[in-house]
Amino acid sequence: MVEMVSRPYERAFEKHALANPEVLCISADLTSSCEIDKFRDNHPDQFLSMGMAEQNMMSFCGGLGLAGYRPFIHTFGVFTYRRPYDQLMASIAYPRRKVRIMGFLPGITTPGGMTHQAIEDIAVMRSMPNMTILETGDATEVESICEAADSIDGPVYCRVLRGSMPRLFDTPIKVGEMRELSLGNDVLIVTAGITTEEAMRATKALEAAGVSVRHLHLHTIKPFNAEAILDHINAVKGGVITLENHVTEGGIGSLVAEVMADNGVGKKLRRLGLKDTYAHGGSRAYLMRYYGLDALALTQGVEDLLGQKLGITETDLAEARVDAVHSLAKAEGL
Amino acid sequence: MWNIAVKNERTTEDIALGIRRRVFEHAMRNNGGYLSQACSSAEQLAWLYNEELNLGAPTLPMIPKPFGGVPHADNPDYHTGAGYNGPFEPEYDRLFIAPAHYALVAYATLIETGRMAAEGLEMFNKDGSSVEMIGAEHSPGMEVHNGTLGIGLSTAAGLAWARKRKGEKGRVWVYMSDGEVQEGQTWEAIQCCAHHRIDNVKAIMDVNRQQCDGAMDSVMEVGDIKAKMETFGAVVVEVDAHNVNDMREAAKTKHDGKPLIILANSNPFHAMPILEERFPRLHYVRFKSEEERARMNISIAESLGVDPIDYAH
Ligand SMILES: Cc1ncc(C[n+]2csc(CCOP(=O)(O)OP(=O)(O)O)c2C)c(N)n1
Repeated sequence: MVEMVSRPYERAFEKHALANPEVLCISADLTSSCEIDKFRDNHPDQFLSMGMAEQNMMSFCGGLGLAGYRPFIHTFGVFTYRRPYDQLMASIAYPRRKVRIMGFLPGITTPGGMTHQAIEDIAVMRSMPNMTILETGDATEVESICEAADSIDGPVYCRVLRGSMPRLFDTPIKVGEMRELSLGNDVLIVTAGITTEEAMRATKALEAAGVSVRHLHLHTIKPFNAEAILDHINAVKGGVITLENHVTEGGIGSLVAEVMADNGVGKKLRRLGLKDTYAHGGSRAYLMRYYGLDALALTQGVEDLLGQKLGITETDLAEARVDAVHSLAKAEGL
Repeated sequence: MWNIAVKNERTTEDIALGIRRRVFEHAMRNNGGYLSQACSSAEQLAWLYNEELNLGAPTLPMIPKPFGGVPHADNPDYHTGAGYNGPFEPEYDRLFIAPAHYALVAYATLIETGRMAAEGLEMFNKDGSSVEMIGAEHSPGMEVHNGTLGIGLSTAAGLAWARKRKGEKGRVWVYMSDGEVQEGQTWEAIQCCAHHRIDNVKAIMDVNRQQCDGAMDSVMEVGDIKAKMETFGAVVVEVDAHNVNDMREAAKTKHDGKPLIILANSNPFHAMPILEERFPRLHYVRFKSEEERARMNISIAESLGVDPIDYAH
C-alpha cells in the first residue's frame, strides 16, 4: 500500500517561508484552495492578498523582485499565465525576477472545465526565455518544491499538487536531474506529475506481460538534461512513449521528440496526452480515462509502439485510487 | 412541455423560493455547494427569467444531453447550451452568466421557469454530463465559457454592438458578480461600451461583498463601485437585490449611449440565516461535520418552508 499524505504543501511552504524572510506569500483570492490559509492567519506580515486581479499581481511581483524579495505566487496554474501572459513575460521572465509561481490544479486535476484546466502551461512556459519549469508527482516532491524552486536564479513555474496524494519517492527534488524508476531495455516510458503513478501501475502489468520497461520520471522540465535522457533512449530496443497531463504539443512529449530529432535517433516515439483538444469538467479518474491519460491508455500505447498485442486488461492493472469529488480531504472541488 | 403561457404564471418571489429550495436540496445531498449564491442571487435570476428577459421557447431537450465534446473541426454537431434560453432570433434577448460558478443557481432557475427538467440538476457535476459545476458553454443556459472571471461583460458588449449594427431589437443582458470589479477587464469593458455608445447592453451585478477568501474588504477593497462605474461611463442604479420591485424600476432607467448596470446589493445569507455562522467563508459551503450538516438541514428547511432533506437516501 502506498502511503497517502495530506496537504504536504501547507507544511512545506510554512517551513520554507519562515526560514527565509525574503520569501513572501502572495495570494489571488484562492488562499484556502492553495493551502495557504493557515499561513495567512498565522503569519500575516509575510502574506499579501492581491485579490482577483492576476495581471496586476504579476507586474507587482516583478516590483517585489526588483527590491530583492522572492514572492511565491499562489493560485490555480491556469490563472498565472493565460490572462497575465504579457505581464509574466515583461515584468518577470525578461528581467529574470526571482518570482516563484505555484500553479495548483495542473491539467485535468480540476473538475472546473476548460477555464480552470492548465493543459498547455508547459508549452507556454517552455517557449518563454528565462523560465524554469518544475512539476511535482508525489508528496515528497511537493514537500521539496519550495526549496527547489527557491534555489533557482530567475523565475520558476511549478505545477503543484494539493490535498491528499501518494508518497512515491523518498528523496527530494534535485533540480536538473530525473528519476530512474526502472531500467529495462524494451521500451522507455517518460512521465511527469500525476502520470507517473499511472505508469508505475502500468509497468507492473507490462513486466508481467514480458515487456522490459525503462521508466523515467521528470520533475525538472526546463532546463532539461538532454544527454541523460539520450542514454536511456539508446538503451531500449522498442522505442519511447511519453504520457503527460497536458496537450501532446509542447510538453514532455515534444521535449523528448526534440532530443531524439536533435541527435538523429531513429526510434519510434508515441506521445500520449490530450490530443489537440480542450478537456471538460469531471472527476480526475473519469477525465484520465476519457482523454487517455491513465495506465490503461499507456499499456495500449505500448502495444501500439511494439506492434504487438499484450492482452493487458483493466483487471491486470493495480487498483486505481479514486478521489471523491466531494471528499472530506478537500475543502471544495475548486 | 414548455409553453410561453407559463411565463409570469408564478410570481418572481415564488420562483426565487423554488430556486433556493432546489439549491438547498442539492447542497444537502452533496454535503455542500454554492449555497450562499442562491441566497444572494435568487430574486435577480428569477426576475430576469420570469419578467425582464424576452426569450423564446427552449430549443434544446428538457433533459440535457450528455457532454457532446468541445468545439473542434471534427465535431460538427457541437452546440452551446444557449438553446435553453430560446432561439437566436433578432427580437429576443441574450443572457450571459459571467460568474460561471453560479451555474447551480442558474440551472435551478431554468427548472423553476420551465426551461429544463428537474432531472437536469441530478446530472450536476456528474462525470460525462453537460450540466457542469462551473457552467461551460455547452452547459444548459450558457452560451460562452465564463469560468475565468471578468470576460462576460466584454463578450456581451461585442455582441451588443454587432446586434445594434444589424438592427436587431434584442438586448444583451449580463449577470455579473462583484468579484469581477477587481479584474481590470471589467473596466476596459465599461470604457469600451461608453466610447462606442453601446446602450443595448444591460448588466445586473450581485453585490454580495463576498469572494473566495471572504469579505471583499478583507481581500482587496474596491471602494465605491457605483461612482467608479459612472466615471468609466456607465449608467448605474443601486437596488435591494431581494426587492423585485426595485429591479423592475431600475430596468426602466434611461441610458442612452451608455450601458446600464444595476448593482443589486444582496445578503449572502438571505432566506437561510443560519449560514451567517459560516461568515466570512461563504464562497463554497461545505459542511464541516455531520452535526453541522444536520443542524443546517433542519434550520434551512424551516426557513424555506420545506421538510428537512432525507440525504441519507
Ligand atoms: C480570472 C479568475 N481568477 C480567479 C478565479 C477563481 N475564482 C472563482 S470565483 C472567485 C471569486 C468569487 O467572487 P465573486 O465573483 O464575487 O463571486 P461570489 O463571492 O459571489 O461567489 C475566484 C477568485 C476565476 N474563476 N477567474
